[in-house]
Amino acid sequence: MSRLDSPPVQDLAARWRDHYPALQQEVNGHPLTYLDNAATTQKPQVVLDALLSYYRNDNANVHRGIHELSRRATEGFEGARSTVATFLDAPSAREIIFTRGTTEAINLVASSWGNANVMEGDEIVLSVLEHHSNLVPWQLLAARTGARLRYLELDEEGRLRLDMLPELLNERTRMVAVNHVSNSLGTLNPVAEIARAAHEVGALILVDGAQAVPHLSVDVQALGCDFYAFSGHKVGGPTGIGALWGREALLDAMPPYQGGGEMISVVERQESSWAKLPHKFEAGTPHIAGAIALAAALDFTRMVGPDEILAHEQALVAYAMEGMAQLDGMTVYGPRSPQERSGVISFNLGDAHPHDVSTILDSRGVAIRAGHHCCQLVMRHLGVAATSRASFYLYNTREDVDRLLQGLEQVQSIFGTEAAV
Amino acid sequence: MSEPAMDSLYQQVILDHYRKPRNKGEMADASVGIHMANPTCGDEVHLYLQVEDGQIRDMCFTGQGCSISQASISMMTTLVKGKPLDEGLALAERFTAMMHGDEDAAEDRSLKNLRALQGVSKFPVRIKCALLGFDALQEAAKKLDES
Repeated sequence: MSRLDSPPVQDLAARWRDHYPALQQEVNGHPLTYLDNAATTQKPQVVLDALLSYYRNDNANVHRGIHELSRRATEGFEGARSTVATFLDAPSAREIIFTRGTTEAINLVASSWGNANVMEGDEIVLSVLEHHSNLVPWQLLAARTGARLRYLELDEEGRLRLDMLPELLNERTRMVAVNHVSNSLGTLNPVAEIARAAHEVGALILVDGAQAVPHLSVDVQALGCDFYAFSGHKVGGPTGIGALWGREALLDAMPPYQGGGEMISVVERQESSWAKLPHKFEAGTPHIAGAIALAAALDFTRMVGPDEILAHEQALVAYAMEGMAQLDGMTVYGPRSPQERSGVISFNLGDAHPHDVSTILDSRGVAIRAGHHCCQLVMRHLGVAATSRASFYLYNTREDVDRLLQGLEQVQSIFGTEAAV
Repeated sequence: MSEPAMDSLYQQVILDHYRKPRNKGEMADASVGIHMANPTCGDEVHLYLQVEDGQIRDMCFTGQGCSISQASISMMTTLVKGKPLDEGLALAERFTAMMHGDEDAAEDRSLKNLRALQGVSKFPVRIKCALLGFDALQEAAKKLDES
């Protein structure tokens, strides 16, 4: 691909970029080049409007007051639940639990489902590619119950070793927990295939969808998974709101995660009974504004088109990888084919430490992430302490990639191209 | 921020110490050993001191991280090795003051080539990288004091 063709890439960003106020600024004297979208995305105006409008006009607690504002707040909040259900192709909005994000959603399942269903000697299968949020909750569960954690390894291109599934899965396997898209390498994982294998041995599968929901069409029924978790802030929504989808029969059978208001039916002195789904899992006043603004973000994403977003990001990845291949001392991690990735590129350049790369790029207004990306198992697999990571979203352009590449040339001119220390 | 700002940050002496760290290695008979890390970014150092009669007889380190953290530690060892521990701690204070923008400290020639790190003070998110080594030295002194 040359630097001049592939017009659709420019079209998508050109069409939607103006909707993001935060992108219209200069940083350190340069136009902001925001390439840290796997950490969090910028917010379109419709999301900011939804937050402000809720607080200005409709602010009230939900499911409580018999007054007009409470009716509006409840309608907005429950409407947001339906929007999430539709976005994920979930059978019912009752199966959508609002959480603070992916991390809390996974903790909810590991605690509520895990405590009730996992016993000593049972097995939970994870992968080396998981974010810490899909590792540590299961480690805590294993420590409580005496369950054993087993791991899918990665091949040399950072793909899950599905050939290991037959040896990893057996009648003791209770849960398989994997990510849909890797935050550190961008790998698109064949979740449906893993779900079939898990179900064959009677195990459940939880999918960490934090990096999938923003970038591709998600259909939880087609994936055949049992739980699916994601965060609002990575799909243009606010921080502090996310959702868990779970099969109704599973959620129904699970005990509450936290106790408090909203999640009860009748409270007695010694015990209480629980509200029906989904409120059984939503103790306390929820993030009402966040849920409403998340729905605005999902509506916006549907308008742009998830398939178009992925195609756009893959074209940018192809363009960036082509440019990076020209740089001496460049190592790019993860799948070699852009078709096997979302918009994430992890790399190292010579012996320049990722934090130094990030500082030099920041001085040019280019924001990337440097570090272990909450994936210390991946870093160990790669044999590095840290990587630099550029991650794209629907508003990024070829000019953004050019500015990244120019910044990397400056890294080279400062550090030279000596081999890693 | 222009490119010259980067040149003043990444001076040759810093890259030289990053690539060819001085006093790097482990010490079997250390009086005190300290491990310190910045968990958010992964910079880390194991600092080993051999202290006799209040003098730093020997000093070395192992570690990994960015050029700023590793060069700062390396330069620190060349400066304070052989000096009284108290003098090392006084230099730690001067260096810390320089990192927090104290211009008098930045003029203090006793900091020798560590003054090349003055530019880091203009990058708030990187100051903790530069301070890692001296922080470890201060912790080591505390540990010696307690034992």
